[in-house]
Amino acid sequence: MNYWPLAGIAIVVLGFALRFNPLLVVVSAALATGVLAGLDLVAVIEALGKAFNDNRYISVTWIILPVIGLLERYGLQQRARGMIEGMRGATMGRLLVAYLAFRQLASALGMKDIGGHAQAVRPLVAPMAEAAAVKTHGDLPDHARDEVKAMAAATDNVGLFFGEDIFFAIASILLIQGVFESAGYPLTPLQLSLWAIPTALCAFAIHAWRVLAFDRRLGRGRR
Amino acid sequence: MITYEWLYVLAGVAFAVWAVLSAKDRRWGNAAFWALLSASFFSGSHLSDLANGVLVLALVAIAGLGGLKRSDPPTTSPEERQAHAARLGNRLFLPALVVPLTAVAGTLLYTYTPLGQTGLFEARRETLILFGIGVLAALAGTMVWLRPPLMAPAEEGRRLIDSIGWAAILPQMLAALGAVFAIAGVGDIIGGVARGVIPEGSVFLTVVVFAAGMAGFTMIMGNAFAAFPVMATAIGIPLLIQQYGGNPAVIGAVGMLAGFCGTLLTPMAANFNIVPAALLELKDQNAVIRQQIGTAVPLWAVNVIIIYVGAFLLWS
Repeated sequence: MNYWPLAGIAIVVLGFALRFNPLLVVVSAALATGVLAGLDLVAVIEALGKAFNDNRYISVTWIILPVIGLLERYGLQQRARGMIEGMRGATMGRLLVAYLAFRQLASALGMKDIGGHAQAVRPLVAPMAEAAAVKTHGDLPDHARDEVKAMAAATDNVGLFFGEDIFFAIASILLIQGVFESAGYPLTPLQLSLWAIPTALCAFAIHAWRVLAFDRRLGRGRR
Repeated sequence: MITYEWLYVLAGVAFAVWAVLSAKDRRWGNAAFWALLSASFFSGSHLSDLANGVLVLALVAIAGLGGLKRSDPPTTSPEERQAHAARLGNRLFLPALVVPLTAVAGTLLYTYTPLGQTGLFEARRETLILFGIGVLAALAGTMVWLRPPLMAPAEEGRRLIDSIGWAAILPQMLAALGAVFAIAGVGDIIGGVARGVIPEGSVFLTVVVFAAGMAGFTMIMGNAFAAFPVMATAIGIPLLIQQYGGNPAVIGAVGMLAGFCGTLLTPMAANFNIVPAALLELKDQNAVIRQQIGTAVPLWAVNVIIIYVGAFLLWS
């Protein structure tokens, strides 16, 4: 077997590790992989162009930015912070655990488009988490604020990934069903989505515990 | 019928406006980058594959040479924002909620009522199209309600897209890399390597290699969808199901979730891990991944146990 196409993977790993521009890394890896698999360079560029063009729908979602930017101009982030500051008993840990539960449940019911980084995390969840952390622990240095915001984004990801497969009409469930059916094992989407529940519960337990531990650690760092 | 092409025109207009504003601001790199992307949205369907490929190389050249910079269009001061927030209160959240509600409620209505038979939207494309409609509705509503300067949404949008920069097209570029990997047969090679390292006769270790292969190959591809068919056909189906008699539903469902643990750990899953770092203006590009390691690694181990117990111990 020709193992040379794997050089593309090595380029990706090295390129990211050495902090070259990721777009440059990805395209170099694509060109190297194609050429090492025995395609000629023009054919690889054509394949790359076709695939980039076929996947334009991924980048369409940026059309939401004017809406978010406009609301930020009128104080959306400030309002999100103010709401948390006015709430008694609101801590960063409790807030993110609540958001995790909300995101998992909504995704499990098929509403995975509620939430997301541009729509919810940047304008709402991250400022709220930051405000709650400052409220409990006092003023925080920049690196601690960055950690809080990163944890808000991480919570959105965990909630989405380990909620969405409980909904049976989702792309990943259909993909599993398709692969197994063509191998002669017909499964119903419901069988698959039921087996997503144990992992979902463990994901909630693990991540909720980590978020609360992170909140306590922030507090200790200040004293 | 409303198709993705309509959305591409909408996105093309947005990026064209950002290109013009960048040029007026004398940020030539940004102007060229957003203009090329706009061209891709407007005319990508009519260009040859080679022309699209050259367009991709040009985009990458601009980004690789450091041509994209953050911008600083005129906006409100923090004090003004505080005052607006106090005056407008929680009503500010409404337009932000219009977009997801339109997408979700619209999709549910379209799927589960006779509306779907009207054929108004391209099949299986309704959610993203409704998202676009939601954006237009929220934008129109906010403009009428707050009466900002006419160019404010364009300038505020430019500030955000420039802060995201090249990361804005990284997810799309990675999808293209996945397609090239598929043509080059990378999946078959990885599947073969994974089969080669499995010790004969141990069900538990085979489960470990299957789950590790799902997570590892997902980290390489940035996407569990690309890893699943490879690992399922290399290990999951021939070994775990056919040879050892495991429960297919558990192996399929939890195998995919083991892959999702890999998604939490890789910069290749740019839209989940790198884009938010840019959106939140974090100093460390990998800050989100760092916060996810402590959840992803134990959860992966839990998935191994769930497969072993659920597909073998409880099943037989």
